Amino acid sequence: MAVQQSSRQAPLKRGTRAEGTGTRWRDELIGWGFVAPFLVAYAIFLIYPVLRMFEMSFTYNSLVGAGGSQFLGLANYKELFSDPAFWSSLWHTALFTILSTPPLVIIALVFAMLTNRIRFAQWFFRFTFFAPFILPVSVAALIWIWLYQPGFGLISSYLGVIGLGNVGWLTDANVAMISIVIMTVWWTVGFNFVLYLAGLQEIPRELYDAAAVDGATPLAQTRWITIPLLKRTTILVLTLQILASLKVFDQIYIMTYGGPNFSTRPVIEYFYDQGFTNYRVGFASAVSAVFFFVILAASVAWFMYSNRREAA
Amino acid sequence: MAVETRNAAPDVQQKSPAVQEASMGGRRDKIGRVVAFVALLIMALIWLVPLAWAVDTSIKPESDTTAVPISWISSTFTLDAYKQIFAASSMLRWFFNSALTSVIVTAVVLVLASLAAYAFSRVPFRGRGVLFWVILAGLMIPPQMLIIPLFSEMQMFGFLNTYQGIILPQIASPLALFILKQFFDGIPQELEDSALVDGASRLRIYWQIWLPLARPAMAAVAIFTFVLSWNYFIWPLVVITSTDMMTIPLGLATVQSAYGIHYAQIMAAAVIGGLPLLIIFMFFQRQIVEGIANTGLKG
Repeated sequence: MAVQQSSRQAPLKRGTRAEGTGTRWRDELIGWGFVAPFLVAYAIFLIYPVLRMFEMSFTYNSLVGAGGSQFLGLANYKELFSDPAFWSSLWHTALFTILSTPPLVIIALVFAMLTNRIRFAQWFFRFTFFAPFILPVSVAALIWIWLYQPGFGLISSYLGVIGLGNVGWLTDANVAMISIVIMTVWWTVGFNFVLYLAGLQEIPRELYDAAAVDGATPLAQTRWITIPLLKRTTILVLTLQILASLKVFDQIYIMTYGGPNFSTRPVIEYFYDQGFTNYRVGFASAVSAVFFFVILAASVAWFMYSNRREAA
Repeated sequence: MAVETRNAAPDVQQKSPAVQEASMGGRRDKIGRVVAFVALLIMALIWLVPLAWAVDTSIKPESDTTAVPISWISSTFTLDAYKQIFAASSMLRWFFNSALTSVIVTAVVLVLASLAAYAFSRVPFRGRGVLFWVILAGLMIPPQMLIIPLFSEMQMFGFLNTYQGIILPQIASPLALFILKQFFDGIPQELEDSALVDGASRLRIYWQIWLPLARPAMAAVAIFTFVLSWNYFIWPLVVITSTDMMTIPLGLATVQSAYGIHYAQIMAAAVIGGLPLLIIFMFFQRQIVEGIANTGLKG
């Protein structure tokens, strides 16, 4: 009502905001009012937990024990840095990221380029490659546990022909991580595939036609048109993929529980085990604080690198 | 670049071989498309094998599942595994839990994020720049890292093993806010101004102009929020302690230990657990794929 009043008084000036103190004041109120519900939830379920995580990391604290916590200073961090199990779990997370990122990006790109080339049944391939991504992690994990069964599992049966019939896909410490990576590629490559497909569809066809007229081979077209014009998409895909890979936990928890003999346990499972199996909440908080900085450092480094690349 | 410079100097004598090349290129193009199609078909088959094998196993009699050599066609076709899963597990209850929590999470995320995104995009209030950066910083925090403080918070509220406990930590989504703000930023300011001139209140403008305009972005955010929430694993794993409060991903993860080596039943459970989202995906394929592509690329 009030708005209608004032607008009738000065209809032409309304477009250029920040005129008159009444409008200003109202904008403040409306702005904060609209943001407030989100902000309250954000403060309670994100900001406060982050601060609490840091606070807890300096204490001895137990989820089950009632009562207060005991201030320990840096003791949790000291213990953490001298625990080889922590370093090896951090290495497993890094290893998973190193092993999973290249295939998840390259296969997605190849699938997208092929799909973009054909004229019909595109929807079928889009569906097929993307569908696994929709599945809950436990569904994908259960299916692959079954496929990986030694002896009567599908993979062992088919690969028996080339002498890989008795590989303990999930029970051999040397193979388990690779098996997890293969399952993850199958499960999540569709997301990157869709991003690449969208990127490809923004490249004008005329560019290829012109190149073809000039006698550029399909390989040359890929090298000099497709790849350079997809740079933005590639940076996006890589960023999202690295961040996602660093957070690996779910499928490993279900498929190997970090085993065999902790050979696949990622840092998030180390953190989970400390907090919810050993009930060492303060110590686990120190783990998450350290990992938080690892992710932060990785993000900042990657951001700076990709910005330079994009500028170049 | 090289393409343009060469094109810039058209020459009558060079034109005819160029045209010839182009028609050859056309034929080569056709061959290329066939090769691409065949390669894709092979890859698609490989991608479908795990799903097909899961379905195939689930309709076999239990005794046939571990037979060597393996066979796609079993002696008899049976739905026993499905009957047993429905009879013995809380599958339907898990469905209900997943559906309820995911729908509420999605609805609340949409309301909170779109209101805030509108304000960040269009209402010039003091402090919004700083505030937006504070919220963007939240994008970098993996939610998994917060499960301990969140757990003790829920313990304090008395929300352990409840629906509120599952839902609440998921409602503040910086990603949803970010995507919607990007979308709002792309809509011309004139629309807002003319509505303001007409004397509409901000709330009406938000409701009658922005929300309808933002429908594609809202749909994309809704879909990915729903899928993420439906598939969220680690938080329900921590906050839920009883079987009847589990969500689908969590419940299914326990099926394996509960059923031992009954592979037909385990695969039946997997098929049931995966089917609803696959069906949704089949119907909304276009929106889902385009939603992810648009929001992802404009980020």
